[in-house]
Amino acid sequence: MAAAMPLALLVLLLLGPGGWCLAEPPRDSLREELVITPLPSGDVAATFQFRTRWDSELQREGVSHYRLFPKALGQLISKYSLRELHLSFTQGFWRTRYWGPPFLQAPSVWINLGRSSVMSSQGSSAPLSTSSTPPTQSLPLPPSNPWVWPMTLTTTFCAMLCCRGRWSAPKTSPPGRSSCPVVPRASLISFHLLQAGLSVLLKADRLFHTSYHSQAVHIRPVCRNARCTSISWELRQTLSVVFDAFITGQGKKDWSLFRMFSRTLTEPCPLASESRVYVDITTYNQDNETLEVHPPPTTTYQDVILGTRKTYAIYDLLDTAMINNSRNLNIQLKWKRPPENEAPPVPFLHAQRYVSGYGLQKGELSTLLYNTHPYRAFPVLLLDTVPWYLRLYVHTLTITSKGKENKPSYIHYQPAQDRLQPHLLEMLIQLPANSVTKVSIQFERALLKWTEYTPDPNHGFYVSPSVLSALVPSMVAAKPVDWEESPLFNSLFPVSDGSNYFVRLYTEPLLVNLPTPDFSMPYNVICLTCTVVAVCYGSFYNLLTRTFHIEEPRTGGLAKRLANLIRRARGVPPL
Amino acid sequence: MAAPLVLVLVVAVTVRAALFRSSLAEFISERVEVVSPLSSWKRVVEGLSLLDLGVSPYSGAVFHETPLIIYLFHFLIDYAELVFMITDALTAIALYFAIQDFNKVVFKKQKLLLELDQYAPDVAELIRTPMEMRYIPLKVALFYLLNPYTILSCVAKSTCAINNTLIAFFILTTIKGSAFLSAIFLALATYQSLYPLTLFVPGLLYLLQTRHINPNSAAAVHTCENEEQSLLDLFLGVCHDVCGKPSGNHLPLLLPSQLLGFHPRSLWLYINVFFYTIPLAIKLKEHPIFFMFIQIAVIAIFKSYPTVGDVALYMAFFPVWNHLYRFLRNIFVLTCIIIVCSLLFPVLWHLWIYAGSANSNFFYAITLTFNVGQILLISDYFYAFLRREYYLTHGLYLTAKDGTEAMLVLK
Repeated sequence: MAAAMPLALLVLLLLGPGGWCLAEPPRDSLREELVITPLPSGDVAATFQFRTRWDSELQREGVSHYRLFPKALGQLISKYSLRELHLSFTQGFWRTRYWGPPFLQAPSVWINLGRSSVMSSQGSSAPLSTSSTPPTQSLPLPPSNPWVWPMTLTTTFCAMLCCRGRWSAPKTSPPGRSSCPVVPRASLISFHLLQAGLSVLLKADRLFHTSYHSQAVHIRPVCRNARCTSISWELRQTLSVVFDAFITGQGKKDWSLFRMFSRTLTEPCPLASESRVYVDITTYNQDNETLEVHPPPTTTYQDVILGTRKTYAIYDLLDTAMINNSRNLNIQLKWKRPPENEAPPVPFLHAQRYVSGYGLQKGELSTLLYNTHPYRAFPVLLLDTVPWYLRLYVHTLTITSKGKENKPSYIHYQPAQDRLQPHLLEMLIQLPANSVTKVSIQFERALLKWTEYTPDPNHGFYVSPSVLSALVPSMVAAKPVDWEESPLFNSLFPVSDGSNYFVRLYTEPLLVNLPTPDFSMPYNVICLTCTVVAVCYGSFYNLLTRTFHIEEPRTGGLAKRLANLIRRARGVPPL
Repeated sequence: MAAPLVLVLVVAVTVRAALFRSSLAEFISERVEVVSPLSSWKRVVEGLSLLDLGVSPYSGAVFHETPLIIYLFHFLIDYAELVFMITDALTAIALYFAIQDFNKVVFKKQKLLLELDQYAPDVAELIRTPMEMRYIPLKVALFYLLNPYTILSCVAKSTCAINNTLIAFFILTTIKGSAFLSAIFLALATYQSLYPLTLFVPGLLYLLQTRHINPNSAAAVHTCENEEQSLLDLFLGVCHDVCGKPSGNHLPLLLPSQLLGFHPRSLWLYINVFFYTIPLAIKLKEHPIFFMFIQIAVIAIFKSYPTVGDVALYMAFFPVWNHLYRFLRNIFVLTCIIIVCSLLFPVLWHLWIYAGSANSNFFYAITLTFNVGQILLISDYFYAFLRREYYLTHGLYLTAKDGTEAMLVLK
């Protein structure tokens, strides 16, 4: 049941609403890349990233020359004084246990909105980013109604964002950052695309038949130099897709660009300063005995990615030799020898969440956190946003590791207010080495007002995934990256300390049933309750306003006299 | 008289202790008929643990109790079962002594009216004797303590029991004649849930009468009322300032009433509680304790989250009016309705929430039937009371003009 997923953000990029003005516009550059990673379970993951960097201070001067940077987003940032924007649309679930940790993680089925207020003058954007944001000058106040600017996103992305409730601010994030709690099932409308460079491959009908796809937009300011005297704005548009190899490859694990996307690369994007394709050829060693990549790569890139050493084959579309001879580039991978069926390596951190209990009155929400590292324990920050209609009872919160109680180092709980804001539970939990930690909390299901039920209330209500953030110890130490030289997928969450890497996981979203009244009830209730109240009122009115009287037998009465007349005629005694 | 009361208390405490230790305690404490969102023990524990976490218990929508409850249970949380058993015992003792004094007042008044020849000559069998009134206080305590509704409320640790205790002490102090203490207890009861405010009127009437002040004299009423009202306001104000938050009584307006319906605008049901106070005051100004009984019953029927604990309080008064038994018209049918509905409540709840084979209409219907039963029971008692009064003043054996036995109707 794939909703129609658009790629409207790419339109904005490629249609480039700005004109070619005569005055010197701020410099902007576009880099695009595609990373193809075969996953341990046999599927293939393709990650597109388009990064536009614009050396302009959007918030200070009135900017009107937009070239590569989309005008809609730029105006949004300057009008509402946003510091950062992260928006992602995801369909499917990233199976961390079988696929390993991804580069770009996004919650399933939800829209994750993040926005920092401009009033904070400290705190960097991402916790591990090497860039820091400059101190703010006097900037206009954000609008008092926090829903004005997300509604403009609605038109920009042709998405229906229907977010009920207030913004919640997790305590561990920098002050002023807030995120939207739950936006279930946003429906999007598809758009047409212009085809140039890597976006040639983005054909909607192939992308729908995937196990997982996620698009995201990340806008953040980055420093131009080490002292951070001026900033530029970075817009990253990403698309992650996981193809089920057995469906696309008809049973064989071979893949090619044509098989996956039903298109091949023809020419580089003329606006891009860099356009590359990276293919992960790590696991399958370099002696060309197990696999063959066609066309053979000219260069390779080796680095420690997500804690392990990986090798990538690079195909540079701007290299004229690459595309020249055949006018199209179809990267193929063939298996010479079928790979051994080995168990996929288990990532060091993965999680699972489920609801237990029976009946529609109460239940229990449990999260299982797995730390599979043999000897290192590390802390995990668990953030749970539970809608208000599942009333959590924080006194029933229990955390157990290896059978013993595990007290969290830090706990922040903000209870829900009915119809206004959801529960926010944030905990820092130490996961012992090689253990399973169970976090469980009981809840009660609330009865909603009859207008608040969806058209199919027995389908259930969604609970947004919980977010786990952790610094997972790497197997191999990594070197700090150079921002400009490294590939894009390495610089989204650059590491400052090579001994661990940052991972953000999302658990499964849950579907819970609420006690549903019968929808004929409003009519029934009004009629019958009014009747009962009338019975009460009537009885009391009688007793309060009337007094007792002896009832005199009635002498007359027309019917009785008539009857007596007839009786006298018959000769029968009268009544 | 003390020994039978102590025996009754011992039996009651034993029953409760046995149930606390059994596995039924947890099952009962989650029944929706016994606990409501405003009186549930689970929410009190939740509020206290929120306080431990450093979050205000009122920042969420889970905790609706008053700050006094927080203060009370902050220290007594480990002895909660004992606290609830003691509150039940205190309620029973308060009612016992209240009814004992009330009986003396009733007897004195009856004697006065007999001497003034206010009664008709042939009503000898309606006159109450001290002999028959001897065991009434004990029966009241028994009715309250051994009522299954009270036992369920106590085992569920519903804070409704605390409210009942405060109302019982209010009645005791009113009957004893102390305006100051009765204002304090009424203020405490009103602080917890707004409805006992309506008991101010019968309390005031009673106090005026015991001081032999004519309720029709406006000036006298004014002074006495002022005294009580000012005490009430003072205490409510003190509670507000000290504890920082008045009772969460605005919430029943927002939350749908679970038992009387899912209609979002329950405000008009809420008004029903206050609506009958003035008419009842006009009709029953000579009988303020009966007025209080009717008012407590009206509160139990029309409050926004009624539970069986509220029903238990007015049921405790039935032995006081057992002289009305001969005039009750529908007592058998009504008893059957109450018993059958009480038995069907858990069945239909289970069918809706757990089995999924019935829907909420069934549960709603049974709550309506229970409320109809209660309404008819109260109006039956009211009818019997008025009828007895009529007989007392006009004679028991009435004949119509043509010599046949008379029929009394309300006209």
